[in-house]
Amino acid sequence: MNLIHIDDYIRILPELVLTAFGLAVMILDPLLPAGKSRRSLGILSLVGTLAAMGAAFYQLGDYGLRARTGWFGMVRVDSFSIFFHILIPAIAAVCILASLEYLDQQNIKSGEYYGLILFGTVGMVLMSSAIELVLIFIALEISSISTYILAGYRRRTAIGSESSIKYFLLGSFATAFFLYGVALMFGATGSTTIPDIAKALHQGAVISQALVYAAVALMLIGLGFKVAFAPFHVWTPDVYEGAPAPVVAFMSTGPKAAAFAVLLRVLFGAGTSGWFWLIWIAAALSMTLGNLGALVQNNVKRMLAYSSIAHAGYLLVAFAAGNELGRTAVIFYTAAYAAMNVGAFAVVSHISTSGERYVSIDDYAGLGRRSPLLAFTLTIFMLSLIGIPLTGGFFAKYYVFSAALKANLIGLTIIGLVNSAVAAYYYLRLIVVMYMREPAVEGAPEPVTPAMSMALVLAALATIYLGVAPSQVVDYATVGAQEVSSQAPASVARGN
Amino acid sequence: MNESILTLVTFIPAAGAVVLMLMPRNDKVIRWTALVISLLAFVFSLHLPWHYILGQPGFQFEVNRVWIASVNIHYHLAADGISMWLVLLTTFLVPLGVLVSWKSVHDRVKEFFVLFLLLETAMIGVFLAMDLFLFYVFWEATLIPMALLIGMYGHERRIYAAVKFFLYTMVASVFMLAAIIWLYTQVHSFEYEAVRQWIGQGHASAGALQWLFLGFFVAFAVKVPLFPLHTWLPDAHVEAPTAGSLLLASVLLKMGTYGLLRFNIGMFPAEAHRNAAWINVLAIIGIIYGALVALVQPNLKKLIAYSSVSHLGFVVLGIFTFTQAGTDGAVYQMLNHGISTGALFMLAGMIYERKHTYELSEYGGLASPMPIYATFFLIAVLSSVGLPLLNGFVGEFLVLSGAFQDKMIYGVLAASGVIWSAAYLLWMYQRVFYGPIHHEENRALPDLDGREQISLWPLAIMALVMGVASPLWMKSIDPSVAAISNPAKAASASTDSGATTSLSRK
Repeated sequence: MNLIHIDDYIRILPELVLTAFGLAVMILDPLLPAGKSRRSLGILSLVGTLAAMGAAFYQLGDYGLRARTGWFGMVRVDSFSIFFHILIPAIAAVCILASLEYLDQQNIKSGEYYGLILFGTVGMVLMSSAIELVLIFIALEISSISTYILAGYRRRTAIGSESSIKYFLLGSFATAFFLYGVALMFGATGSTTIPDIAKALHQGAVISQALVYAAVALMLIGLGFKVAFAPFHVWTPDVYEGAPAPVVAFMSTGPKAAAFAVLLRVLFGAGTSGWFWLIWIAAALSMTLGNLGALVQNNVKRMLAYSSIAHAGYLLVAFAAGNELGRTAVIFYTAAYAAMNVGAFAVVSHISTSGERYVSIDDYAGLGRRSPLLAFTLTIFMLSLIGIPLTGGFFAKYYVFSAALKANLIGLTIIGLVNSAVAAYYYLRLIVVMYMREPAVEGAPEPVTPAMSMALVLAALATIYLGVAPSQVVDYATVGAQEVSSQAPASVARGN
Repeated sequence: MNESILTLVTFIPAAGAVVLMLMPRNDKVIRWTALVISLLAFVFSLHLPWHYILGQPGFQFEVNRVWIASVNIHYHLAADGISMWLVLLTTFLVPLGVLVSWKSVHDRVKEFFVLFLLLETAMIGVFLAMDLFLFYVFWEATLIPMALLIGMYGHERRIYAAVKFFLYTMVASVFMLAAIIWLYTQVHSFEYEAVRQWIGQGHASAGALQWLFLGFFVAFAVKVPLFPLHTWLPDAHVEAPTAGSLLLASVLLKMGTYGLLRFNIGMFPAEAHRNAAWINVLAIIGIIYGALVALVQPNLKKLIAYSSVSHLGFVVLGIFTFTQAGTDGAVYQMLNHGISTGALFMLAGMIYERKHTYELSEYGGLASPMPIYATFFLIAVLSSVGLPLLNGFVGEFLVLSGAFQDKMIYGVLAASGVIWSAAYLLWMYQRVFYGPIHHEENRALPDLDGREQISLWPLAIMALVMGVASPLWMKSIDPSVAAISNPAKAASASTDSGATTSLSRK
């Protein structure tokens, strides 16, 4: 038996850094005077996320683009995982920036909030580098449990508790499905590591093909809940509505990116098959139900919740395409979606003010006059969510539909394009209200704090950057896409 | 200079918009800066006809750089005889739009001019882009500033009109995007010429080409707008601020007809021929239907809007006759319509500033209190009607001669549209300017002031110059039209022997 080597620790360096900072936050929190703002802990955890990104960059510099495994083949650090190790801490960093203002605004004075964000991030990044199904499950649980608690952070309000309980009950139910799938997969192939599963499937050394199908379907249910694709999406609007806005920013992007990473590993890395129509139907359903649901919402948070379901649907289109371009599209999409969605929720978080009073669309009336910065950045995010050129959202959709057309999925492409045209209506509604209606609330909203404006500007810049000069990220995503499929023997490309 | 001129012309307004954004909110300074920027863009654009090499049918002033390497997207701009004049039309009208908004826009002035200049950049880009992807980017980029101009500065039902405009165009252009992506997956290039050659070599099946043709066609037909996709236009026009109507009618609609010519005819000649019959029928329905609806409009701006539907029908008909004369006429008519309908919308806006209504019944007998206004209005009406010696005549004549060459019945029906347009425009003129003054307060309406006259003189002069000196334009339009429709001609048996003769007769 080989021993644990120092290199093994380097393989999980970002996770270690995040955990250390998370523990530091938890230890320092009781030492600070009660009833005081926990801003300092927020800044400490911000440093933690930056350090984690630094660690990921160190891995990149250390390995280049070559893949390395560690921890007895349970963890694989490759360009694919490093992409998510940079993306997810970046999401966490922007969310922490937005939270600094939010917690003061809502008069929440507990440091463990930041600790939970860091621990959640640990789980999410580990999901992207783990290639052993049980480890993936543990990582999934780490990330989920943190977000369950975070979702209920406005614990004095009824909808806050509703949000947390709903998320917890349904979430743990769904993870059980995932675990069940893992067990069946072990039964069928005799292994829980993805490369071994891929080998077994390739050589036909499985006990029963039906068992594999059942295993994949169960894992899809578990992950489908995490990324909120239809028909596992019903919890989303209620949970997003009740959870604190910066937390929604975090949990609508971070766990999603991680779960999509796992989905890529399970569907393509392991070279499983038989899921093509499941994904096709889920994609069509998510896009349609998400957009139709969003059309009739008056609460901005609920509207964005339905929009996130629709976006999960677009992402699944790229899965259904099943080609390398599709995998590139998925990776790129998670980044573009993170930038625009975190930004949008940061604006929502600022406008809602204490007790989240202002979350209906009418409260945004005349925002263009009352606060040009908020209105302008929110416009960028909305345009990106619509998919207007020169924004990240456009290229994300562009790659998705290129991949689908390349795979000759004409029907799904048309459903997707019609959906993105329908979606334009409700995003546009927000822009219309901001610029074309007279303000319903008099006076300017509370001034935007420097941390919040930094969060907004960063998200807006990222959105524009991905829309104007996507080359670098796309190139990197392409390498990641090759990496994730190279674990499977070449013959299993498409899943039908 | 030739290398960078198109970039300069395209992006001077956008750079100006950024400058305006950073300036303090002093409305007067902002107006003047916007005017200077738009004039600067116009001066630079004059370089194009000046240095345009006649007799060279291809594209000139080309600039071609890699923009996004991973998907082979190029920043590729170039102009031929068609796009050059459309760019000039744009840069010529934008300063006039700034002048006409001088007083009518008094709230959020800075935002108005920022949007206006951004819109100019996007419109110029549409005409110059030679890379399908870049074209799509500019195409979509016109959407947001225009929708915001309508929605923020329009009249009572502005929000409804802005949303309708946005959704109509957005839904239609999604199909074009699908067609562009599909082409890319096959050709691995967005270059206009590369795609054109690929299609010309017959790699794609007829069924696929038909879908691609329709994908592009829907996007452009909504913009033109072609009957029955025109319903957004009256709303958008009536609710838009004057400068918005000006650019919407004069330039944005031309993006549709330009797209039909450049892409639908240029890239899919065989499909264009196959589909020409029903498209021409729709165009003729548009000519007659637009005219009839205009005839009964009680609202001045709506009347002009429906006249646009009718006039743009002429343009589409001219393009889809596949005759040299018809297509030349269509291109010329695009420019003419920009001048004459632009002038009409500006004039309508000026009277609105005085009386705050577009209802024709509120006017009557205006010729005596406002003689200068009446004169300019008459020039615009006559130019739009197509009086000989004014610009409209040349275009309509060429389109009709093309239509007659194609099918007698097209010519006959389209010619009736000329009569209709004389009817509704002259009747409207009579109701506004002649007869007794019913409303006493109209006696006191002030005539045009110096600024308004300055904004109208260029249009009046151009209407006359383009009417008597059309060869100045035709010399560069004609070879470029031939270059687009050459493969189109190979696909059909139609000849163009009459075209050059009809031209020289001009």
